[in-house]
Amino acid sequence: MRKKLLLFYVLLVMAMLTVPAFSQDAAASGETADAVAALEESMQNNLNIVWTAVAAFMVFFMQAGFAMVEAGFTRAKNAINIMMKNLMDFSIGTLAFFLVGFGLMFGVTNGFFGTTNFLLLGTDPMSKDWNWTFLIFQTVFAGTAATIVSGAMAERTKFTSYLIYSVFICAIIYPIFGSWAWGSLLDGSGWLENLGFQDFAGSTVVHSIGGWLALAGAIVLGPRIGKYGPDGSAKAIPGHNITLAALGVFILWFGWFGFNPGSTTFGDGDIGRIAVTTNLSAAAGAVLAMFTSWIIDKKPDASMALNGALAGLVAITAPCATVTPIASVIIGAIAGVLVVVSVLFIDKVLKVDDPVGAVSVHGVNGAFGTLAIGLFNADGGLFYGGGFKLLGIQALGVLVGFVWAFGLGLILFWTIKKTVGIRVSEEEELRGLDIGEHGMEAYSGFQIFTTQ
Amino acid sequence: MKLVVAYIQPAKLNAVKQALYERKIFKLSVTNALGCGQQKGYHETYRGADIEVNLLKKIRLEIAVNEEFVESTVEGIIAGAKTGNIGDGKIFVMSLDDCIRIRTGETGHDAIG
Repeated sequence: MRKKLLLFYVLLVMAMLTVPAFSQDAAASGETADAVAALEESMQNNLNIVWTAVAAFMVFFMQAGFAMVEAGFTRAKNAINIMMKNLMDFSIGTLAFFLVGFGLMFGVTNGFFGTTNFLLLGTDPMSKDWNWTFLIFQTVFAGTAATIVSGAMAERTKFTSYLIYSVFICAIIYPIFGSWAWGSLLDGSGWLENLGFQDFAGSTVVHSIGGWLALAGAIVLGPRIGKYGPDGSAKAIPGHNITLAALGVFILWFGWFGFNPGSTTFGDGDIGRIAVTTNLSAAAGAVLAMFTSWIIDKKPDASMALNGALAGLVAITAPCATVTPIASVIIGAIAGVLVVVSVLFIDKVLKVDDPVGAVSVHGVNGAFGTLAIGLFNADGGLFYGGGFKLLGIQALGVLVGFVWAFGLGLILFWTIKKTVGIRVSEEEELRGLDIGEHGMEAYSGFQIFTTQ
Repeated sequence: MKLVVAYIQPAKLNAVKQALYERKIFKLSVTNALGCGQQKGYHETYRGADIEVNLLKKIRLEIAVNEEFVESTVEGIIAGAKTGNIGDGKIFVMSLDDCIRIRTGETGHDAIG
């Protein structure tokens, strides 16, 4: 019985195969081609969704990286406060971005910001629509911009004030600038991108915006007690766990393979190519930062080398898709030198206390990376015969980003300072924010020096 | 020869060191200490439950001085550590039988100086 059935199937299949072949019906073969094309399209579509979602999850993991870097570079008595700030700026930021930010960034624009897509109301909440993947991908990017600031404001900021800031960055400051550069990725249209401004994965949109806000916050707060001597000389306040900070940098480096290659939101060979440029730049940044600190301070400083890897990653974030691998090494190398010089300049000349180097890594190198497009782009870059036009447009974008984020940051933090207050009391700062703000210790049972 | 032992608030260590430095007292030992005095601790909470922290973090200073420096050492510690609040700490002054510098074998007054 089973043999008969099998024979029947074989004959049936042969008949199906031979009929179109013999008849040579043009319409039928067209149908097959259409079916193949449709299959290919749906495969590609699902591949894009899987890749973009996985990349989003990797970028989410960068939150852990930021938390470890910031905790490692600061003192043990403030570790819980750092963890809570990192947890809350992502959690509050996620809600604010879902409710307000996403619509401002990717809704149909009124010329200044988006006005639709709030809570993704136009999309069926039970569908498999691309918009859901896009929303989670953009949410983790907004969270990255928000969390940059906590490091620069570490060890002295009132917790409630930081929560207030977290709402504003993800609801307003980040999305409106984002809509100018990235709005067209969904329903919007940005005036900067229409001018030709390029920022592939967000050197300016994510990192510089976070970095300039961090600068504003650190300026309004003032330095930590003991950071500057009576004569104004900068003193070191060593971080309590460089091992943890190194783990954080490795996590961030890993997450960046989602951040940059993921920004293609497309599953093809560009993923590997962009991973190569991203990795080369990070490596060059770490090596050059190490040598720069070796020359300046006579020893290869671990914290500077770690910052250098991050600087290389931030700088390649904008140009990663449009430069050659050789150019990405040069970009990373410049970033590695730039970050060390910038940390020393901000610390010793500007006298702004940035405990983890957030302004130098994200603000300064974000700006440099954005300009690097104008210099190194294989298509239109100055060094590749493209002239100054693209460089000029990139410079405009960098300037607009600075004025927007630093200006609004000063207003926001100054307003917080005048209303709820921005800084903890001197007594609490000396004793540590863990006990003062959260009533518990990160390393209970350990002896922690609180003499500084 | 006297041994001056003081318990002070951790945050005041820098100020005390500076005050001693101004009085030409450069040699001291510092250790982390836990202790309780009149302040009787503070409260921490962990996952909603109360913890009474009875022992507070303090800094213990040990300074061995010759007679002529005792007064200025005590003065310096007070100048640096006093806030007027409970918990500023205490100073103990005790006599010291002998002192030997390991490197040279000097004893007494010379070894301390």
